[in-house]
Amino acid sequence: MTDLLRGLAPLLAAHLELALIALLIGAAISLPIAIVATRRPLLAEIAIAVTSIVQTVPGLALLALMVPILAAIGGPPFGFAPALIALALYALLPILRNAVTGLRGVDPAAVEAAIGMGMSPWQVMRFVQLPLAAPVIAAGIRTAAVWTVGAATLATPVGQACLGNYIFTGLQTRNFAMLLAGVAASAALALTLDAILAAFELSLAGRRRRRAWIPLAGLAAFVAIVIGVVPRAIHPSDDHVAVRTSKEPAARAAITHVRIGAKTFTEQYVLAELLRARLAAVGISADLAQSLGSNVIFDALVRGDVDVYVDYTGTLWTNVMHRASNVARWQVLAEIEGWLAHDHGVRSLGSLGFENTYAIAVRRDTAQRYDLHTLGDLARVAPQLSLGADYEFLGRAEWAAVERTYGVHFGRSTTFDPALLYEAVARGEVDAISAFSSDGRIAANDLVVLADPLNALPPYDATILLGSRIADDARVACALAPLHVPVELMRQANAMVDRDKASAADAAAWLLARVDAPVCPP
Amino acid sequence: MIELDGVSKRYLDAYAVKQVTISIASGEFIAVLGESGSGKTTLVKMINRLVEPDSGVVRIAGKDVRGEDVVALRRRIGYVIQHIGLLPHLTIADNIATVPRLLGWTDDAIRARVAELLELVGMPDVGPRFPDQLSGGQRQRIGVARALAAKPHVLLLDEPLGALDPITRLGLQRELARIHRELNLTSVMVTHDMVEAFTLADRIAVMFRGELRQLATPHELAANPADDYVARLVGLAREQAEVVRGL
Repeated sequence: MTDLLRGLAPLLAAHLELALIALLIGAAISLPIAIVATRRPLLAEIAIAVTSIVQTVPGLALLALMVPILAAIGGPPFGFAPALIALALYALLPILRNAVTGLRGVDPAAVEAAIGMGMSPWQVMRFVQLPLAAPVIAAGIRTAAVWTVGAATLATPVGQACLGNYIFTGLQTRNFAMLLAGVAASAALALTLDAILAAFELSLAGRRRRRAWIPLAGLAAFVAIVIGVVPRAIHPSDDHVAVRTSKEPAARAAITHVRIGAKTFTEQYVLAELLRARLAAVGISADLAQSLGSNVIFDALVRGDVDVYVDYTGTLWTNVMHRASNVARWQVLAEIEGWLAHDHGVRSLGSLGFENTYAIAVRRDTAQRYDLHTLGDLARVAPQLSLGADYEFLGRAEWAAVERTYGVHFGRSTTFDPALLYEAVARGEVDAISAFSSDGRIAANDLVVLADPLNALPPYDATILLGSRIADDARVACALAPLHVPVELMRQANAMVDRDKASAADAAAWLLARVDAPVCPP
Repeated sequence: MIELDGVSKRYLDAYAVKQVTISIASGEFIAVLGESGSGKTTLVKMINRLVEPDSGVVRIAGKDVRGEDVVALRRRIGYVIQHIGLLPHLTIADNIATVPRLLGWTDDAIRARVAELLELVGMPDVGPRFPDQLSGGQRQRIGVARALAAKPHVLLLDEPLGALDPITRLGLQRELARIHRELNLTSVMVTHDMVEAFTLADRIAVMFRGELRQLATPHELAANPADDYVARLVGLAREQAEVVRGL
């Protein structure tokens, strides 16, 4: 429990920092537009329409959208920048709308009197319009603050540390204490900001405006405590706790510290801990960047924001290289290695020893009732059945290949979070699911994986990828290259986390004890 | 002192003010009388350039106001409106101090001036209060005090008493007359109230549909109305007086 809270502090700090800077940028853009718009009503309409459209984009999509956009214009597509830009965009509408409404609502008599007594347009704005609209503007900032703190939890998949790390990891590994801690911290943060800004708003609405410094001082103190004091008090000697991505100098000196990436599911967390343990054995320290989106993580590796992670050949083949399926396993591995080295300076250490392929799984009673063994068998009865899939499966080339190769067409298909898929099929919500072959929950829920005799699904060999900074480092190579993880062990390690609520680090230690491979001397 | 020389203002295709010429002497109190839409407010706003005439010239002390910096001009002319427009987040003292502050007066000078003005409008103790703690009549006194803060020689009043009850109104009329005399102001007041115009003004300018129908002292207006409209106005005022006398 104390570990949980200790890990929470830097995330809370990073979360607040991200949300507040986004809020400030949002205000810095919205307020001048609203001020200019008092003279140009058309501008106000256009600006509000544009920001309303931004607001209709779901938060996760807006954040994810920043990654390719930033990559296309040559910005840093990973971590703080995309999260900040997306959240600042999110903050625009409430601030802009309230500022425009507030400025429009200013008593016209006060404005006329001010002009009549000889105020310049700027003085009218400064001494009359802005002060009178201030409570409404403050209410807009308050709304934006609550939205931004909430939406900032979605920054995790683009590689920015925030309270979302606990929420995503907790959800994926079914660690509800962690999930709850993340949600509660995020809610507490939002409520605290809301209360402070409500006091600020009230101080502006009343007569005694000079008291407005009190809530502002409260806000400053709160920010200082959360960002400055708490993380330091909890990690007195641990200042390298990475809150934001900071690139190591690209010197050719011996590698002493690396950053390990992990995608958003249990196996990735376990493997990241496994890599960390192996690297520690040769004297290389590591920090983890967890819960990165599948498309973000490869870009992060190429850019050097992440040094090492485990990917799957099928993902690289179809999603990154955009190649067709139905290709032999050895050919995929060989071509990927060459492409990675040549095009990106990334080194693949070959197959880690197991495959984690997409598969279609059904309950045992379903398999027996319809006599299902292969995807071909499934095609016969699929129109009477329903499919549950993770977010990406139905849009992926693999599913198209299954449909094309076997003529499988389900009567109904539903999308679930991967963490909930296995429960959905076990409880009979759906008849079949998109599963991962190394997932411990296949055995745990007594599911049957249907065979793919026509190779519609490409091979998904797990493989360790090294970024260019460490690709040629001998110690890294001999710490990681000998690793060989059989699929049974991987499945059990995954099940330890998913079913038995062990931590990813404990599962990795368990795995390490059974993966008997030598490492170089330190 | 103030000359309106053949000024006109069109909105779309109707004249709000059409070819009006008035010459106002220093120290004079002029009432601009008319019903709503007669152009009386538009005419008065030409003096402090809240409205720019399409044609004609406005001169103050012989100088064309268009040649002057508009902000500096307005700070030399007191301006009082019906809705007052005090700033609700400032104290009465700070409201009165607005223009002196903009002019960069010292704090001591501002404090002295605020005290002097509060004394002038008969409310010496309200400085630290806020506008919503005052009655409508009290607020308008502060509106007048604010307009006078920078010691203007000209005071423009746009229906300043229009929203007040009759008793408060009468009190403030007397107050305005006294202040006008004491400070030797040149005042121009827009009103639609004939009795107010007759009791306060040295001369009355009767506006009807953008045109100046007659400019004369109350006595002359009553004795020799220039046309039917003015005659009807005078007749109505007389009728009211008769009714009251007959009670």
